[in-house]
Amino acid sequence: MPQPLGVVLIFSSWNFPFTLALDPLIGAISAGNTVLLKPSDLAPACISFLVETIPKYLDNKAIKVVAGGADIGERLLQLKWDKIFYTGSPRVGRLVMAAAAKHLTPVTLELGGKCPAIVDTLSTTPSKAKVTAKRIVGGKWGPCNGQACIAIDYLLVEEKLASALIELLKKTIKRFYGENIKSLKSISRIVNEHQFQRLVNLLKDPNVADSIVYGGSVDEEKLVIEPTILLDPPLDSEIMSEEIFGPLLPIITLKNIEESINFINSKSNPLVIYAFTEDETFKKRILSETSSGTVTFNDSMVQFLCDSLPFGGVGQSGFGRYHGKYSFDTFSHEKSILHRGFYPEIEPRYPPWTDFKLLFIKLAYEFDYFGLILLLLWFKRS
Amino acid sequence: MASEVEKKAVFDIDSAKEVVQELRASFVAGKTKDYEWRRTQLKAMLKLMDENEPQIVAALRDDLSKPELESSIYEIAMLKNSCKLALKKMKHWMMPEKAKTSLATFPSSAEIVSEPLGVVLVISAWNYPFLLSLDPVIGAIAAGNAIVLKPSEISPATASLLAKLVANYMDSSCIKVVEGAVPETTALLEQKWDKIMYTGNGRIARIVMAAAAKHLTPVVLELGGKCPVIVDSGINLQVATRRIIAGKWGCNNGQACISPDYIITTKDYAVELVDSFKCELELFYGKNPLESKDLSRVVNSNHFARLLKLLDEDKVSSKIVYGGERDKSNLKIAPTVLLDVPQDSLIMNEEIFGPLLPIITIDKVEDSFDLITSGTKPLAAYMFTNNKKLKEKFVEKVSAGGLVINDTTVHLAEPTLPFGGVGDSGMGAYHGKFSFDTFSHKKAVLYRSFAGDAPLRYPPYTNGKLRLLKSLLGGSILGIIRALMGWSKA
Repeated sequence: MPQPLGVVLIFSSWNFPFTLALDPLIGAISAGNTVLLKPSDLAPACISFLVETIPKYLDNKAIKVVAGGADIGERLLQLKWDKIFYTGSPRVGRLVMAAAAKHLTPVTLELGGKCPAIVDTLSTTPSKAKVTAKRIVGGKWGPCNGQACIAIDYLLVEEKLASALIELLKKTIKRFYGENIKSLKSISRIVNEHQFQRLVNLLKDPNVADSIVYGGSVDEEKLVIEPTILLDPPLDSEIMSEEIFGPLLPIITLKNIEESINFINSKSNPLVIYAFTEDETFKKRILSETSSGTVTFNDSMVQFLCDSLPFGGVGQSGFGRYHGKYSFDTFSHEKSILHRGFYPEIEPRYPPWTDFKLLFIKLAYEFDYFGLILLLLWFKRS
Repeated sequence: MASEVEKKAVFDIDSAKEVVQELRASFVAGKTKDYEWRRTQLKAMLKLMDENEPQIVAALRDDLSKPELESSIYEIAMLKNSCKLALKKMKHWMMPEKAKTSLATFPSSAEIVSEPLGVVLVISAWNYPFLLSLDPVIGAIAAGNAIVLKPSEISPATASLLAKLVANYMDSSCIKVVEGAVPETTALLEQKWDKIMYTGNGRIARIVMAAAAKHLTPVVLELGGKCPVIVDSGINLQVATRRIIAGKWGCNNGQACISPDYIITTKDYAVELVDSFKCELELFYGKNPLESKDLSRVVNSNHFARLLKLLDEDKVSSKIVYGGERDKSNLKIAPTVLLDVPQDSLIMNEEIFGPLLPIITIDKVEDSFDLITSGTKPLAAYMFTNNKKLKEKFVEKVSAGGLVINDTTVHLAEPTLPFGGVGDSGMGAYHGKFSFDTFSHKKAVLYRSFAGDAPLRYPPYTNGKLRLLKSLLGGSILGIIRALMGWSKA
């Protein structure tokens, strides 16, 4: 029987400040808990809205929103909660879990990772290649301009198909977002100066800068970085070891697309692996030889909409899951209940124990009914 | 012999690192994922038990003076059943589970695939050292992981027997036993695991979880708590008393996480209840229970001293209505029943984990619920009653890991019930399929085709696209039609 855990704390992130705040809230409410929501202070307009609006529509005695920065977060973590739900970075995830450990509070950590997209469908029909390109572009710059845990982080493609892919991507980017940084539309900006500088720094390494094949322009005043594609930046560069969380898309080329499996396994488990392929054997290999929160074939992002699929990570991309019924479950305790009658009573359960009782219980445990009958008829002795 | 040399060497951080590296290499090579490997390991475990039952019983007698029936049933037979269940159902558990898809992702198909987490650490407890070590290991093997088992040093005979038997019967390139105490456990906890399962007390659990936090390792903590028993009137008192005794003194002499810790009954019924206990306890354990062979001893002198401290507290010792005898040299304390100890006594504020049973009295049975909910959530809660309304209230109001009505502790043996705590009694659950699930990652998989690519997903975003998408996600056919016709508001 599911029961609410009690008083829960939800930390949400700045990139999808409504979904990531209210979606867990839905789960917590449906499971019967009282909730404190602490949205990220990097999305101040959204926080103000939530702080003002939630009390107008929801029961203020049971559901509260608190605004504030890391210091408020720290103080909240010192209190005892019945569950903490955190969406954000692995670094802060560790701090949340360490604080939860002091009170034995269970946690769900929705983190991120470098979500790769394996591209194996360019040599099929032109229309499939076009759809692939649209879905890649939509899956990279569509979600908050790459600032999403499930955004495509980098691409893996066979050497010989790289230039065709780049051309397709360029065309699609121009159609979706505009020709250059001055005429960019339908795309988010970078959230703040700090993230902007972090991303610009990823491009500072001359070897990385040299690998830019499209884009690269930045506008510091408006905190805009245009969609940028890189071809084979050095594998030990920061852009290939850190989660990018921005509009820069490295393309890594391989001799054979099957090598993508080893490549992905050399990094920590991502939240999602995307694979554009129609090769059923390859699909099976990807499923059994890699590990990630989710695997999506031939599309990007949409798994987020599928409520019957658990949404969560594994390894460094987090643990726990939500969406749909999983949200309800994550904020519930599944209490087991056993009803017994007073009859029948099995005497051998009770001491003083004799060899007879021992043998009886052993046979009963093994469902050895024949043996039990023999024992009862005195044909069997220990 | 190589293994003797290993045992004598100090097990430090480097040794721990090496062990994890070796297991990770085995895991990455795919050894543990293979279905046949999992089967052979589980079969080997069955063989281990079949061929060594007397030795296991002897080790448990050494460590705990555990009576043979308890060892055979609660440790070995239960474990065998767990193993057989896993062997029978594993293939089915390993199969992907189909998931429904909705209009929002049409056309698509979805499934949930179980995959092993990787290299897991199982830290077990001293009171059921065999069961609590190997039962989690069964789940970890069934789910396809490589495993390190760290048995408790407080039950040393069983720990070293486990180390020997596991090395002899199971694949040591994938399953290892590491013996030791605090330093060895600390060295293990420094490493990066894919899951840690800990059975024990809240203090160490906090240390385990804090260590796991450094590596973002998920944990299962099977802890304890003060498991209450509410006794209503109008029941079969003899059966109820016997079942409480079986769950209390019949379970390692009260040293079990799900043992009844204390009883709550009405003032009116208390006298009858106490008399029933006196009668049944004497029937079970005789006039000199310190000499009964059917009782475990207290595990060691630390716990012995701890229990005496609870018993000999001034305001408590006068409340003994049965028992109270002790034998220090044999570490035995007789089954002891106390009546109406003060709420602020030590015995009512920590988990007893021993053969002392306080009875608290209240005016009405309903008052017991508030009493229980005023404390921390226990691992189990029990109620003896024939009153349907009270049963419903009990189930609704009392939050605990598991509840049993009209019996004690038996839910442990039911593999269809998740066994685990909530709040201070722990997090996560296992037994049966829950063991398999707890050591698995449930990977979500979405299959999409290239057909039906809707341009309204992609920029440039227009109001028309926005309206249509909203109504598609909203799922209302009428809404979709209106949007397509341009009739809906933005």
